[in-house]
Amino acid sequence: MKRTPLFQSHVSMGAQMLPFAGWEMPIQYSGILAEARAVRFAAGIFDVSHMGRVEITGSDAAQFIHRLVTGDVLKMLTGRARYTIICNEAGGIIDDTIVYRLDGERFLMVPNASNADEVLDWLNHWKDTWASRIELNVITEETALIALQGPLAEEILQPICSVDMSDVRPFRCVQGQVSGVKAIICRTGYTGENGFEIVLPAEGASSIWQSFMDGGAIPCGLGARDVLRLEAGLLLHGSDMDSSVTPLEAGLERYVNWDQGDFIGLPALYESKSNGLSRALVGFRLVERGVPRHGYPIVNGHGPIGNVTSGTYSPTLDMGIGLGYVSLEFSTLGTRISIDIRGRLVEAEVTAIPFYSRKR
Amino acid sequence: MYPTDRRYSRDHEWAKDEDDGTFLIGITDYAQEHLGDIVFLELPRVGATMNQMEKLGEVESVKSVSDLLLPISGEIVEVNQVAVDSPEIVNEDPYDQGWLVRVNPSQADEMDGLMTAADYESFLESLD
Repeated sequence: MKRTPLFQSHVSMGAQMLPFAGWEMPIQYSGILAEARAVRFAAGIFDVSHMGRVEITGSDAAQFIHRLVTGDVLKMLTGRARYTIICNEAGGIIDDTIVYRLDGERFLMVPNASNADEVLDWLNHWKDTWASRIELNVITEETALIALQGPLAEEILQPICSVDMSDVRPFRCVQGQVSGVKAIICRTGYTGENGFEIVLPAEGASSIWQSFMDGGAIPCGLGARDVLRLEAGLLLHGSDMDSSVTPLEAGLERYVNWDQGDFIGLPALYESKSNGLSRALVGFRLVERGVPRHGYPIVNGHGPIGNVTSGTYSPTLDMGIGLGYVSLEFSTLGTRISIDIRGRLVEAEVTAIPFYSRKR
Repeated sequence: MYPTDRRYSRDHEWAKDEDDGTFLIGITDYAQEHLGDIVFLELPRVGATMNQMEKLGEVESVKSVSDLLLPISGEIVEVNQVAVDSPEIVNEDPYDQGWLVRVNPSQADEMDGLMTAADYESFLESLD
């Protein structure tokens, strides 16, 4: 089992630790609901060092990544970040990732923890196949990744950050110092709140974690992270999507660069689009009390029409919410469906994603 | 640390003799701690009759869902509506305000087969 540079901090603070994607990770500290509330109304910090971190450098770097992801990488300016998708030849989703352009010929890619090895193999495969002039450098172990999220995130970060963060808009990244430690600071996140994801050397992680706590941020585990991301309508690879579904089915078409795209999987996506979809990912909310969970059947009066891929109790909305794939005819907003919660049919309604958006 | 005025099951429920012919049933501090934030309780209707270790209902936290088992046989004579409406009370006060159901026991001597507080604590140590 792998441990992040913050493992000791978690244990000494009494976090509940559980295995996740081969890592021993904090699932919760004070409690999932209290942590989720802290992020919505104040600020929370998450150790997400288990996620992959691959530096891609070299004269072909932009072109190389451009051919592997659904988004436009060539147009990305230095200091920009982009949420994008890696597809296989059939258009299936290998992973979703954020790509950061740190310099003209230097990028950082952050795949999901559970897909980090597969993504690296995929990058290496195409590097060799295309004889790309790039270097792949995995920096996962030598660095930590801390997410500082919530309405007070900026107030907590700014006093100890060398860069004026008011100039750094969403999906931008800068290189600077936090508490004197060299860091890559990005205004990105997985909670639906304003906030930052910060890559820093492993040896600096504990002191900066402590600085954020001193500034008032509440340590949060993966349990709260899952609740927050689902409320914000953000998908989780391995639950809400995998290599058997396309970005079109997953409702991620807005991340597909149809016009200038030249990426693995694009021909298959064209074909899929012209044939029309048979299923789609929808969001739903329970009309009655209950908690939907991954794997529960979605049914209507005539039988099963799909499966729940993610579900939770939403503390912000005080109701059960979830995502799942249904036959296209049931994907219209307002459609009444039921969730089979261990034999109990609970009424639900197809609703817009995200379930929650912060007030700006 | 575990109240000595009641008995405990291996499934982390407690049963307390109310000295009026009824018993209160709830879950232990260990159980609520492991479940985490409780958001939903499914409990039987008043009047239901059940056997010992029969499924009483379900307790659902943000993390997971667990069956509740009835530690002693009997008829459900009251359900704690406060806990149904505000399940977090079970986290906050599992031994008092967070009780779940009141039972009119059919075999009160089943209590003798349940663990004392001291036995339950040793049992918990054996789990770690």
